[in-house]
Amino acid sequence: MKLLVPVKRVVDYNVKVRVRSDGGGVETAGVKMSMNPFDEIAVEEAIRLKEKGLAEEIIAVSLGVAACAETLRTALAMGADRGILVETDAELQPLAVAKLLKAIVAKEEPKLVILGKQAIDDDMNATGQMLAALLGWPQGTFASRLLIEDGRALVTREVDGGLETVSLALPAIVTTDLRLNEPRYASLPNIMKARKKPIETLTPAALGVDPAPRLTVLKTTEPPRRQAGVRVGSVAELVDKLKNEAKVI
Amino acid sequence: MTALVLLEHDGRTIKQPARSAVAAARKLGEVHVLVAGEGIGAVAEAAAKLPGVAKVIAADAPAYAHGLAEPLADLLVALAPGYTHLLAAATASGKNVMPRVAALLDVQPISDISAVVDADTFVRPIYAGNALATVKSADAKKVITVRATGFDPVAADGGSAPIAPAPAISTPEISRFVSAELSKSERPELTAARIIISGGRGMQSGENFHLLDAIADKLHAAVGASRAAVDAGFVPNDYQVGQTGKIVAPELYVAVGISGAIQHLAGMKDSKVIVAINKDEEAPIFQVADYGLVADLFKALPELSLALENLS
Repeated sequence: MKLLVPVKRVVDYNVKVRVRSDGGGVETAGVKMSMNPFDEIAVEEAIRLKEKGLAEEIIAVSLGVAACAETLRTALAMGADRGILVETDAELQPLAVAKLLKAIVAKEEPKLVILGKQAIDDDMNATGQMLAALLGWPQGTFASRLLIEDGRALVTREVDGGLETVSLALPAIVTTDLRLNEPRYASLPNIMKARKKPIETLTPAALGVDPAPRLTVLKTTEPPRRQAGVRVGSVAELVDKLKNEAKVI
Repeated sequence: MTALVLLEHDGRTIKQPARSAVAAARKLGEVHVLVAGEGIGAVAEAAAKLPGVAKVIAADAPAYAHGLAEPLADLLVALAPGYTHLLAAATASGKNVMPRVAALLDVQPISDISAVVDADTFVRPIYAGNALATVKSADAKKVITVRATGFDPVAADGGSAPIAPAPAISTPEISRFVSAELSKSERPELTAARIIISGGRGMQSGENFHLLDAIADKLHAAVGASRAAVDAGFVPNDYQVGQTGKIVAPELYVAVGISGAIQHLAGMKDSKVIVAINKDEEAPIFQVADYGLVADLFKALPELSLALENLS
């Protein structure tokens, strides 16, 4: 079967983002960009399925500015077979992304789409569920374990009180949580090889999707800052402060 | 304007984050709530008592027994024509179901709101809470998940709403519940606890978490963890507090052996009082702590346990 793995280009996990002084979003100029960490887990899971002989081809897809091709190269260097770039300078929100991915699914007919559960920039946690809805497919979100057997996906999910396992008819959508796997680093030879792997470039118009955002950001502000408090010298002093000053115990 | 809140429950009681979602919905207009599950009569009765709820819709059917997203989303879509806003708490369950509902309605969901500005405009944290975006929705219907820490939960008692059955709808059985392994604990849930004590990489092992358990038992607190402690395999993922785990805001949050990465602070910095215990005096956690104790946690925790015992 074919696997489709969408990957998003986001501000690197280690960057401390700053709100722009004009309130128009966060500063992204000159900031290191990387693949969304949950999407790396998705790519890794797809590669493991292929290594087990459960999948023939892995297609990575990224949507956004031309530089998203770099994110695709990372996925290709990890082990994806080919890339699709849906190139646009327009702001893409999860509904538009889900519609674009639906169009790509119609074209490529994967049996499984594996996505990160959440992008660490907009923290929406929505695209996988929305793509599942648009396709009428079942969803296994926040996966910590994925098995393919008897034409179904057995997905163990991270839920609030522990774990839950669901069985999904294929084709299906899976979104990844932290403990699903530890993504590999691309080796140098594989990075070289990835340069020769094909990337097809498409546009939202070619896919017949209007990507216009439905949410307008009116302003972006810094959250209220917490002031550092006091240092206490001992456990006894801490307990005294909590009891008599903060009155929380 | 009428809002419908998908009310999360465990088959017996209404979850506290769901009462926060009701509080958010009350800022938007009349509030109806949906209770879905199998054998949910008692929960529907409890829902009818929530202050400010004008109507309870009870969907009692085997299809809803395990909260699967596919049938729940179809049910919400069937009910949607009567409402301007559809809401749920931003819990694992709400985050699973509501985006599916939104896509079926051709709506961009508004995830994890921390404030309501007006019927179309909401505040939501982005970049792990390092920025707050005020967003205005152009969709005719809004589909929203609610960050529970942004809204004081409504009381459990005070209302008396009528209960009506939900329409029967059918969903193709594309997903099936197989099993659940839920952590069994006498302690309060992380998202409802008044006091939380969390451990990080500094705990060094899962076994050492018993030092936190001993204190949690004395304070009737929940035990949490940083992502580093989860990644290291010390504790299960449902302990995780942070950007990709649970968002909490208890009256007292005690961070032990946690350095204070941005992603962890994102999950707890709205706590009323924060205590940090860490042997590294440069640890960023001290920059947000009301009370900081630079100490070896393996000495400090037994002392703290003893001190709390003497207190009571």
